[in-house]
Amino acid sequence: MKIRRYGVSFAALAVASALVLTGCSGGGASTPATNANTTAIITTNGSEPQNPLIPTNTNETGGGKITDNIFAGLVYYDEKGAPVNDMADSIETTDSTTFTIKIKPNEKFTNGEAVTADSFINAWQYGALLSNKQLNSYFFADIEGYSEDADSPLTGLTKVDDLTFTVKLKAPAADFPLRLGYTAFMPLPSVALTDVAAFGENPIGNGPYKLASTGAWQHNVQIDLVVNPDYTGGRKPQNGGLTIKFYASADAQYADLQSNAVDVIDQIPDSAYSTYQSDLGDRAVNQPAAVFQSFTIPGRLPHFSGEEGQLRRQAISEAIDRDTITKVIFEGTRTAASDFTSPVIDGWSDSIEGSDVLKYNADDAKKLWAQADAISPWSGTFQIAYNADGGHQGWVDAVANNLKNNLGIDASGAPSPTFAQVRTAITDRTIQTAFRTGWQADYPGLFNFLGPIYATGAGSNDGDYSNPDFDALLAKGSSETDASAANKDFQDAQSILFKDLPAIPLWYSNVTGGYGTSVSNVHFGWNSVPLYYEITKG
Amino acid sequence: MAGYILRRLLQAIPVFIGTTFLIYFMVFALPGDPIIALFGDKTPNPAIVAQLRAQYHLDQPFIVQYLIYMGGIFRGDFGISFSGQPVTEILARTFPVTLRLAVIALLIETIAGILVGMIAGLRKGKIFDGTTLAVSLILISLPVFVIAFVAQFVFGVQLGWARTTVGTGAPTQDLILPAFVLASISFAQIVRLTRSSVIETSGLDFVRTAYSKGLGRRRIVPVHILRNSLIPVVTYLATDFGVLLVGATVTEGIFNVPGVGNTLYQAIIRGEGPTVVSFVTVMVLIYLLVNLAVDLLYGLLDPRIRYVK
Repeated sequence: MKIRRYGVSFAALAVASALVLTGCSGGGASTPATNANTTAIITTNGSEPQNPLIPTNTNETGGGKITDNIFAGLVYYDEKGAPVNDMADSIETTDSTTFTIKIKPNEKFTNGEAVTADSFINAWQYGALLSNKQLNSYFFADIEGYSEDADSPLTGLTKVDDLTFTVKLKAPAADFPLRLGYTAFMPLPSVALTDVAAFGENPIGNGPYKLASTGAWQHNVQIDLVVNPDYTGGRKPQNGGLTIKFYASADAQYADLQSNAVDVIDQIPDSAYSTYQSDLGDRAVNQPAAVFQSFTIPGRLPHFSGEEGQLRRQAISEAIDRDTITKVIFEGTRTAASDFTSPVIDGWSDSIEGSDVLKYNADDAKKLWAQADAISPWSGTFQIAYNADGGHQGWVDAVANNLKNNLGIDASGAPSPTFAQVRTAITDRTIQTAFRTGWQADYPGLFNFLGPIYATGAGSNDGDYSNPDFDALLAKGSSETDASAANKDFQDAQSILFKDLPAIPLWYSNVTGGYGTSVSNVHFGWNSVPLYYEITKG
Repeated sequence: MAGYILRRLLQAIPVFIGTTFLIYFMVFALPGDPIIALFGDKTPNPAIVAQLRAQYHLDQPFIVQYLIYMGGIFRGDFGISFSGQPVTEILARTFPVTLRLAVIALLIETIAGILVGMIAGLRKGKIFDGTTLAVSLILISLPVFVIAFVAQFVFGVQLGWARTTVGTGAPTQDLILPAFVLASISFAQIVRLTRSSVIETSGLDFVRTAYSKGLGRRRIVPVHILRNSLIPVVTYLATDFGVLLVGATVTEGIFNVPGVGNTLYQAIIRGEGPTVVSFVTVMVLIYLLVNLAVDLLYGLLDPRIRYVK
């Protein structure tokens, strides 16, 4: 999820946490309300997509909200984040390495073209090819043949017949079917690849909605979607269409909600944090989301490696009063963290061994810090780098104060003017302080919060953390065929993280939103996006 | 006169080159890599970053980037935004909206400001004058976002007289409320300028002469006093028009106007060099033209000002 900068709160989330969009909307088919007007258009908030509407190049919420509604992948996620077959008839594996995927017959794109194995294979090949420069290309990294530094076809994709293909992975990944609901894995009609630029402007999909007409995407204004009558999956719309208005500020969309100019919004401006629940009553939404916030202390910083490092990291974690900060600074729109994932994910637990280190305990923190000082005395200032354009100053200052008061050390925030600046310093490893990190899940699985961030050499392992025991547990979890056994491994892996604390967990961002009096049956999916197809109006 | 205009237009060329160079340099010097930021909190594949940087010429030295950009401009190609749209299209979409907003605001502040300022100036020291001074002081002291939020809440949310944000296609009736907000502060300035200028002119010899010749107030006030009081006001209005075109970012954000300020702000945040430079370049051109128009207007308002070759 990315860049909606104006308001602070979401900016916090948007810029800050997650430029990464989250998976599909999803949810079981609902029973139509008796009085529902199935031609009524639902209006909602969004932001101008930052990239052409190509699923493999859409990695932020502005575009993701659109692509997830106009495309249908092999699976979609229901409200709880469980995968439900959408285009897929079946996805089968015996070893979690080779998957045989059968597609439902008679599915088609809105231009009449049939959805076949080729629609998926060609779309994925396009998305993975280096020279196509797709922002989501790394999603194909586990498929055989993928290369991140040379053009290389995905040799792991094999067409069996028109409606069947197999996927061979480089290593077992039990949660591969779960990933398939993410935007990057959508199918494309053949016309897409003949002129990608034109397609990105007027995409042709196979999802519950389609563009109302050519040019329905009015840049910086809105996009008009209408129901796709050919869609047969479980996300059958209970309304006549969806108009996504692009807002430059969260304040503007909240004002529109109050005057009934928009039906549903999924972001409350922080200027309204203290009032929106009383303004909207039971039409206010505030629930945990699949967004994990933390700050990372790279192991290369002096005093933060080895046994001394472990002690200092634990001391810092225990010195932070998460409950008070989420209550006072965020007005209850964050939930104090109790693990490294999110409560909306299947397998989440608040009682993983070692998670006590997230409980506020100033006395113990002081003791641990003193033990670390006995190994090597502390000097200098502890700093947390953040981008000043993301609304982070409040909590960073609060955390720094916690550290000052409870550990008796000098601590402060280290703001940089822009998000790009912080990310660049983090990426090229020139940053010499701790730094803010956030993660918004791409698909609803524990592995997505762990593997990409803490596995040795992983793509987003910005702190260069490495622990062979942790890697081994991740690999074990990935090769399990039983989901609950896999989740147990991932929980055990987190126990190791609680000892090493490569990042200090802070809190989960909640989704804050609301809806107007004229709509009903509004539910937010696991990924913080409303399940638009369920909404009824009138 | 024609020679004067020509000379002014020729002077615009170095100004144009200088400003584009400066702006391009400033965007170039912005810290951080915009391509890395495209990936959000995820660490990108370095090979893809390298290819994207090459696509936007970000891997070239500054002067090469600038020359590529300028070369494009002379072929009518202003570059492409990260979302794949030609910048010329973005310009063509956003400038008309902001221009309409600016014109409405300018009309409101000019008509209301000069009228109120003139009456206050002619009735110096009376109740109307005092009230005007007090109100304008309050308006000047208020930051524009305060006025905007209050106006949006009162007229949009509570009374429902206007739409809270600007609707599809930015219809002109939706622009009236944001235009009033934009006009409010300049209105106060114009009232004060007009008032003091009218007071000053009223005391001049030629006005006394006109009265003693037996001319009526109806002739003296508009023709003798007002016309001669307008030069500082016109100067202010011209600068203000430029400001309205360029500086409405806050108001456009609050009312969700799909205009220049909003778009430029997003482009700066994203580090989209071509978009930022093109927008600012067009703004500079507008500013130059508006200033030229004002200088020509002086001649019409005050016959003593003549432009020689």
